Amino acid sequence: MTFLFYIFAALAIVGGIGVVVNRNPVSAAFAMILSFLGLAALFIQLDAYLVGVLQILVYAGAIMVLFIFIIMLLDVQAEEKRRFPLFSALGAGGVAVAFAALLLVVLNRNEAGAASIPPIEALEGPGTSDVHRIGELLFSQYWFPIQVVGILLLVATIGVVVLSKKELK
Amino acid sequence: METALTLNHFLFVSGVLFAIGLAGVLVRRNLIVIFMCLELMLAAANLTLVAFSRFNLKEGQPDYEGHVLLFFIITVAAAEVAVGLAIIVALFRSKGTTDVTKVDTMKY
Repeated sequence: MTFLFYIFAALAIVGGIGVVVNRNPVSAAFAMILSFLGLAALFIQLDAYLVGVLQILVYAGAIMVLFIFIIMLLDVQAEEKRRFPLFSALGAGGVAVAFAALLLVVLNRNEAGAASIPPIEALEGPGTSDVHRIGELLFSQYWFPIQVVGILLLVATIGVVVLSKKELK
Repeated sequence: METALTLNHFLFVSGVLFAIGLAGVLVRRNLIVIFMCLELMLAAANLTLVAFSRFNLKEGQPDYEGHVLLFFIITVAAAEVAVGLAIIVALFRSKGTTDVTKVDTMKY
């Protein structure tokens, strides 16, 4: 189990680095899909099956298709080499490394974080799957937020239509 | 080497992914790629939620409220991507570029 974690964590991180490093936006998008697949595998390793599948369907599927479609539509070229790449690359790398180092220090002091995965009780029968439980929560306790999210999606759809319409005279 | 997986493993991966996304936002100049890096940061935060939900058991089961929050985050992220890409298309129509260094009308 542990080596699977390392494989998929490496996949997610290598994909993430690929997004930043690739000059061609299409390659960056495919590296992003790789990263999301690794992340979905980590979710499934944490027994979050619904979320893992949603991650693949929504992120790696729908959202990345949208990105690639827009890249194609706008005919985006690879970024040209800039004259002084060193400065901003050093700055961004410095920020990332400092953040990771800070994280390492904080996590090393975090005693609660040293706990290993507690086993979950295996339940049998209908109504025990995580899909069922999440659905039950969504439509009982969280009924209002889900209405708000529905309105948000509607507003986003209308907003996108208005934004992408050609200017009216 | 058979060390058990701990919460810190997952938090660290999540933090590293977030840092990579942050570096991407800072270093890239193509607006679409910057947007992809933003999505990466959002997805990294999702991993934290799932990890905490798995490690804080409630009656022997993962805390599903974290998954519900994640569900909302994914929905909002999808809406955000749709609107953001529409804005990028509108920007491309008016300026003919998605390079952030060339969209500097407000700079001077």
